[in-house]
Amino acid sequence: MEALLAGIIASLTGCGVYLLLRAYTFPVVLGLTLLSYAVNLFLFATGRLTVGQPAVISDQAMGYADPLPQALVLTAIVIAFGMTAFVIMLALKARAELGNDHVDGRDDGGQGT
Amino acid sequence: MNQAVIVPLLLPLAAAILLLLTRRRVSLRVRRGLNLTAVALELAAVLWLLVLVSGQGILVYQVGNWPAPYGISLVADRLAVWMLLITALLAGFTLVYAVQGTDSGSRHFHPLFQLQLFGLNGAFLTGDIFNLFVFFEVLLLASYGLLLHGGGRERVRTGLHFVVVNLAGSTLFLFAVGTLYAILGTLNMADLAVKVRETAPADVGLVRAAGLLLFTVFALKAALVPLYLWLPAAYASTSAPVAALFAIMTKVGAYAILRVETLIFGDEGGPLAHLIEPVALPLALFTIALAALGALAAHGLRRQVAYLVLLSVGTLLTAFALGTPAGIAAGLYYLPHSTFAAAALFLLADVIARGRGALRDRLDPGPAVPAAPVVGGLFFLLAVLIAGLPPLSGFLGKWMLLRAALGQPAMTWVFAVVLSTGLLSIVALARSGSLLFYRAGGTVWRGFLPQPSLASASLTGQDVCLLGSERSDSADTAAASGPDWQRLAPVLGLAGLCLALVVAAGPATDFTAATADTLMHPARYIQAVLGGPAES
Repeated sequence: MEALLAGIIASLTGCGVYLLLRAYTFPVVLGLTLLSYAVNLFLFATGRLTVGQPAVISDQAMGYADPLPQALVLTAIVIAFGMTAFVIMLALKARAELGNDHVDGRDDGGQGT
Repeated sequence: MNQAVIVPLLLPLAAAILLLLTRRRVSLRVRRGLNLTAVALELAAVLWLLVLVSGQGILVYQVGNWPAPYGISLVADRLAVWMLLITALLAGFTLVYAVQGTDSGSRHFHPLFQLQLFGLNGAFLTGDIFNLFVFFEVLLLASYGLLLHGGGRERVRTGLHFVVVNLAGSTLFLFAVGTLYAILGTLNMADLAVKVRETAPADVGLVRAAGLLLFTVFALKAALVPLYLWLPAAYASTSAPVAALFAIMTKVGAYAILRVETLIFGDEGGPLAHLIEPVALPLALFTIALAALGALAAHGLRRQVAYLVLLSVGTLLTAFALGTPAGIAAGLYYLPHSTFAAAALFLLADVIARGRGALRDRLDPGPAVPAAPVVGGLFFLLAVLIAGLPPLSGFLGKWMLLRAALGQPAMTWVFAVVLSTGLLSIVALARSGSLLFYRAGGTVWRGFLPQPSLASASLTGQDVCLLGSERSDSADTAAASGPDWQRLAPVLGLAGLCLALVVAAGPATDFTAATADTLMHPARYIQAVLGGPAES
């Protein structure tokens, strides 16, 4: 399970970084979204992966799932959600103001694509 | 009186909500008054906190009365209060400038301004590293709005870069925090400082990676080489009061570096002691060198000032990275000076740009600036301040920095870089001054009229009074041909703060030395947060 999760986080991060380095706003926004998914999964895994454990400590249960990473992930999701909404609006505004969706506002298609 | 710690957070939050709710109902004039009152109240609250902290030492407020490592602690030590004070003073003067027309473009300027203060104050006060992330996001989200305030092609273009770079930085921050939590099992900074000493040998590498990742994120906020590329364009293209307020934004990164460097990875950090200094010092020196070259090469005055902000960040981090009490004390004295001087220069650059017609702040010979003797004199004063010439505060700060570097291993490098870039910045500023003022044509550009109407003039005059500026009497007598005193008043106020730093250099350096002493003994901080009477 650890290997699977690590692989998912790694591929999400890799795709996110690749898209972030593209020269157009849409791939950049997608890249930021993928990166935030990756970091959410990563935060979730910081409490160690446990199966079938209660979230609240009790005398009967053998152990418990660390509740703090879940709270952190929730916060991170909310923030990432707001930020994504903002950056989409900004990308649209940049498209309208600059006349194209290149991150530097260039018409020539850019060199980085 | 531990509740005093949360007042600088609640005031801007309440003010922001109030300003947001009243944005359609109440006239701009009233909202300006509300915002100025809120900033004045925040300044009073911070001064109160300063008195308390100077008397009683570190104050801790456990939010929700959750005991220390489990809940979020707000910690007001001398460093935090010093940063709060600088923020409140800077906010007051930039707001006095902003209410003269900059804020009329959008209804959201005033709420965003207060939310920015909320984020800044929170970042300085929090004692929890995840909460630091949250407050970074609050201040960044407000800063995105402020940066784009007024709109325009250039602003949107550089704003997009600023937002994307900072969002990527936030992701890195979360990775670093997650790694720290996974290894050390806590997020409270005081608790982290305890746990980091007992890191298992197998985990040292991971914690080191997390610490350096944190440093990377803070270096991005502080605009250290090579992560500074977003700063000059963003600061040069945004509106003047926002750029002036953003003079504190890079200092947030510097503050976070200093906090983490002394508290978690300080002398007592066990296997991870002094993790950050060896990396930070060369980067800081490199930043200074590149920033001086950037200031020399700049085509516009505001871009030049942006590079000077960068230069001051490099100087500041050089002082912090020396890792000695004297170095940190020198840095903490240099910090308010560089913030106020850079903010004043941003505002003055805007005054100059308004008087030069289509040329704006481009460094080309053009029409004479209106009221050139006054504006030029102020430019000279601010240039002397920021370049660090005697006898003003920039000189004192750099002198203390150099004295702290004496005998350090990096002494040669620090001396060489700081002194030669001082010369380069003098050359750059002298070139700008002579192009703007001496080589100007004889005609004054006539398209310029002071923006605010007489109605708002009386308001701003009154509010300048409220913030304790001495120029309030001249604010009402602004004539179309004379100096634009209303806009110059905040510039004069900020320059006055720098002069006050010179006059009160004794008490100020005593305070910064005491601050550095507290920082070098993190046991007190840890005891106050974890061990002290936990507010039960």
